[in-house]
Amino acid sequence: MSKNLLEVRDLCVSYGGIRAVKGISFDVPEGEVVTLIGANGAGKSSTLRSIAGLEKASGGSIQFDGKELTQMGTEQLVTEGITLVPEGRRVFPNLSVLENLKIGAYQRKDALEEDTEWIYGLFPRLKERSWQMAGTLSGGEQQMLAIGRALMSRPKLIMMDEPSLGLAPIVVQGVFDIIREINRQGVTILLVEQNANMALKAAHRAYVMETGQITLSGTGKELAENEQVKAAYLGKTKK
Amino acid sequence: MSLNVFFQHCLTGISLGGAYALIAIGYTMVYGILRLINFAHGDIFMVAGYFMIFATATFGWMAGIPIMLICTVILGVVIEKAAYKPIRTAPRMSVMISAIGVSYLLQNLTTYLFTALPRPYPEIPILKRIFQIGSVSASLVTFLTPVLTILLVVILVYITNHTKIGMAMRAVSRDFETSRLMGIKINNVISITFVIGSFLAGVGALLYFTDRMSVTPFSGTLPGLKCFVAAVIGGIGSVPGAVVGGFVIGICETFLIALGYSTFSDAFTFILLIIMLLFRPTGLFGEKMIDKV
Repeated sequence: MSKNLLEVRDLCVSYGGIRAVKGISFDVPEGEVVTLIGANGAGKSSTLRSIAGLEKASGGSIQFDGKELTQMGTEQLVTEGITLVPEGRRVFPNLSVLENLKIGAYQRKDALEEDTEWIYGLFPRLKERSWQMAGTLSGGEQQMLAIGRALMSRPKLIMMDEPSLGLAPIVVQGVFDIIREINRQGVTILLVEQNANMALKAAHRAYVMETGQITLSGTGKELAENEQVKAAYLGKTKK
Repeated sequence: MSLNVFFQHCLTGISLGGAYALIAIGYTMVYGILRLINFAHGDIFMVAGYFMIFATATFGWMAGIPIMLICTVILGVVIEKAAYKPIRTAPRMSVMISAIGVSYLLQNLTTYLFTALPRPYPEIPILKRIFQIGSVSASLVTFLTPVLTILLVVILVYITNHTKIGMAMRAVSRDFETSRLMGIKINNVISITFVIGSFLAGVGALLYFTDRMSVTPFSGTLPGLKCFVAAVIGGIGSVPGAVVGGFVIGICETFLIALGYSTFSDAFTFILLIIMLLFRPTGLFGEKMIDKV
């Protein structure tokens, strides 16, 4: 078994008095695709946001490559090798496609040509639109750009918050193909999804979150065949 | 009005407009990044006038100009760190009230320290030299102001569109959180915005006060408001817009005074503001916010 790149232990996140994440623990082994699935409000996004330092954890620990992240600022995480593809894509609409990619590598000082070529190889559509403002792209193209932008920092771990949200089914398929491709090229992925069906197919390991707690875990295949998961998330009734 | 007099007024108007444009850029840039109308900006401009008086008295005007610019920049950054940064997550209205507070603080502090009596602004001999082009004659500062304004704007536009820090500024102006995810230290970017805005206010003060020869603690109020109007007319958030707005206000004001309506000229500026807000609230170059979700 490969070593764990990310280890989350007893993580708690609160907003005001409301506890959104109630002491969860999970691992992301190096080189794998790990997914957190669950309904709206289960605490999936809060978990990602607290790993990214956008929300302060109220308890527990987050270890990345042996380093504690809970006290680290969001700006530092990129240098540590973690990026987050935020929910709703959040590309910079007033920057061109190329600039959006370059800003993903903001902390890097070396040449970027090779990396932009790599991204353009993964997403040929972006190359055609290199000089276009990102705000004029379609939703699917913006999602490609958000993923490309995150890859530009050459991360060890890429976290994605609902990459399939609001996209047409054919585009969703494309997004998941890309997730597999990126993983094949050696990037570890932590994926948060409501689209359980697609996420479980892509994932090596999966966790189910409900009201701030992890209720089930296993390999992607195991969970896809689990009766409870089928009933609750895959829309298949029990026989 | 003879053609000669017309050109003379054009030149005066363009020159005044140039100084307004430099101050208006400060409003528009801070608004672009923080969505805050920095009401203290006009007073930073006024304090820059006092900095020049004291720096020149001690070091002479040649060393005085850079010292004044540095002090103005420091003042702008300190105001941001002390009065705006601690309440950045508070509702926007609170930050705006804080800005108004800083504005009154600067006015009253300068009144307390230097009294409300006008202080003579140092004469810079080179800037006051009279030049003659054709039949139009004016001091060098009048010719220099628009040239310097355009030059600084070209540099500024280059920085925002073609440098890494400019790219970061445009990113931060749209989305703080995602900018942080990219590893951009937003506090640094905001500080740099205040550095640029205050620097331009310092240059504007030098050009403006050289023509007017005295500074009082309230010298910044009306020019400050007019430049705010200029920024709104141009489309707040847009640097080229602020420049065009500055020139429009400067030229209109000069011609109204020339035509004998000097008491009406200030009112005109604000009538222009109301008309603009009624018919084109986004200003001449303002972008409509398109939020695609």
